[in-house]
Amino acid sequence: MRDLNRNFQTEISDELLEGVFRGSRAHLARAISLVEDGAGQAVRLLSRAYKRRRKAAILGITGSPGVGKSTVASGLVKEFRSLDHSVGVIAVDPTSPFTGGAILGDRVRLRTNTTDDGVYWRSLATRGHLGGVSRHTGDVITLMDAYGFDDIVVETVGAGQSEVDIMKYAETVVVVLAPNLGDDVQAIKAGILEIGDVFCLNKADLPGAEGTRRDIEMMLNLKEETGWRPPVIMTQADTGQGLDDLVKAVMSHKEYLVSTGLLDKKARESHLAILKEYLNLLTVEKVIRSAETDGTLERALQDLSSGNSDPLTCASELLERHLKEKPIVSF
Amino acid sequence: MSRRIRILVGKPGLDGHDRGAKVIARAYRDAGMEVIYSGLHRTPEELARMAVDEDVDVVALSILSGAHGTLLPKVVQCLSTEKGQSSLDVLVLAGGIIPEEDIAGLKAGGVDEVFGPGTSTQEIVEFTKSHLKRKVA
Repeated sequence: MRDLNRNFQTEISDELLEGVFRGSRAHLARAISLVEDGAGQAVRLLSRAYKRRRKAAILGITGSPGVGKSTVASGLVKEFRSLDHSVGVIAVDPTSPFTGGAILGDRVRLRTNTTDDGVYWRSLATRGHLGGVSRHTGDVITLMDAYGFDDIVVETVGAGQSEVDIMKYAETVVVVLAPNLGDDVQAIKAGILEIGDVFCLNKADLPGAEGTRRDIEMMLNLKEETGWRPPVIMTQADTGQGLDDLVKAVMSHKEYLVSTGLLDKKARESHLAILKEYLNLLTVEKVIRSAETDGTLERALQDLSSGNSDPLTCASELLERHLKEKPIVSF
Repeated sequence: MSRRIRILVGKPGLDGHDRGAKVIARAYRDAGMEVIYSGLHRTPEELARMAVDEDVDVVALSILSGAHGTLLPKVVQCLSTEKGQSSLDVLVLAGGIIPEEDIAGLKAGGVDEVFGPGTSTQEIVEFTKSHLKRKVA
């Protein structure tokens, strides 16, 4: 590891990646940091890791703050371990919009398997990214997949109604709910409830659980019929009750995706979504950087303050002017 | 390239009081750092594993139980084993109820600094920023 520190400054040696492929968690941990920090070498690191992916099963866990996502994630880790699967967990918490700092508190719920070599848990901050996950979540999945976990669990930030980015990455999305968080109108709104492949009604011992279960089932009754009806699993994640059923539901969803060929279709959609995200990122970065250099950005800003132009016109002019310049490699 | 400083705020041993740890975590957060909180009752082995997996720059340990003489050097030892380093690239800090006369022993055991009650959070944050063992930029 001492060599890695030197390389942190200069170039990532291939040793770092070799370490990841070899199964060194310290190397994996460092590689994730480099990718998150947008180090210049991250592109090379990721493109090599991408080719070495071993196709882990990727599970998303989402839901409102406080419903028990981390406790469910921790319980799922235990269940997967009992099946002798190795598990990587990505737990996302929000970054402060004011200071850039973050409290990453999901580990507090991880009560078992904390020194088990078959489990790797990484807390990520959103770093300003909206949508419920961090900007580099897909990249961290790539690294974990190259490392060789059987299952990768991604826990989103406490999501509101429209943080649905997890769909891009996960094959199976578990939406965690708790009793009494809204009436039946909440249950028919668009957004997070639409993306659940499996519903986990946690804290099922609380009064009102049965009513909430009915609301979800009603919502599902109205959904267009496909070959998969999302099951509603009642759990008490703190005691572990119902988690075995949750794992079974997750695994049968995966089987469903495989047997119907939907897994390939899903992968294609996810590739498109991720490609679009990178295109966005790279285009914005490139146009802004180039427009900064030749002063056209400043001119556009002046035109906007004086009211001589509008944002859409400025943006299309900048895009047209700068898009063809030489590509940037880092992000 | 600039990177975020990552800190593990850890509670080793049988000690149920984490108000102090939460205040420190909050101060680090407000200083723009990413703070991973371990939760209560962690073993030295668990804390070392967390520090490696989370790739932190700093391990800040809060302890009020009186077992600091045993647990803190053990955390350092586990970190060295886990990271395969004889000289750690992680800054190890301690705070809580630690008598003055115990501090030298803790430092000999690999703890980089000890902060007692009454230390301002600002002082701790400044110390942390200026004593990181891995470069930030």
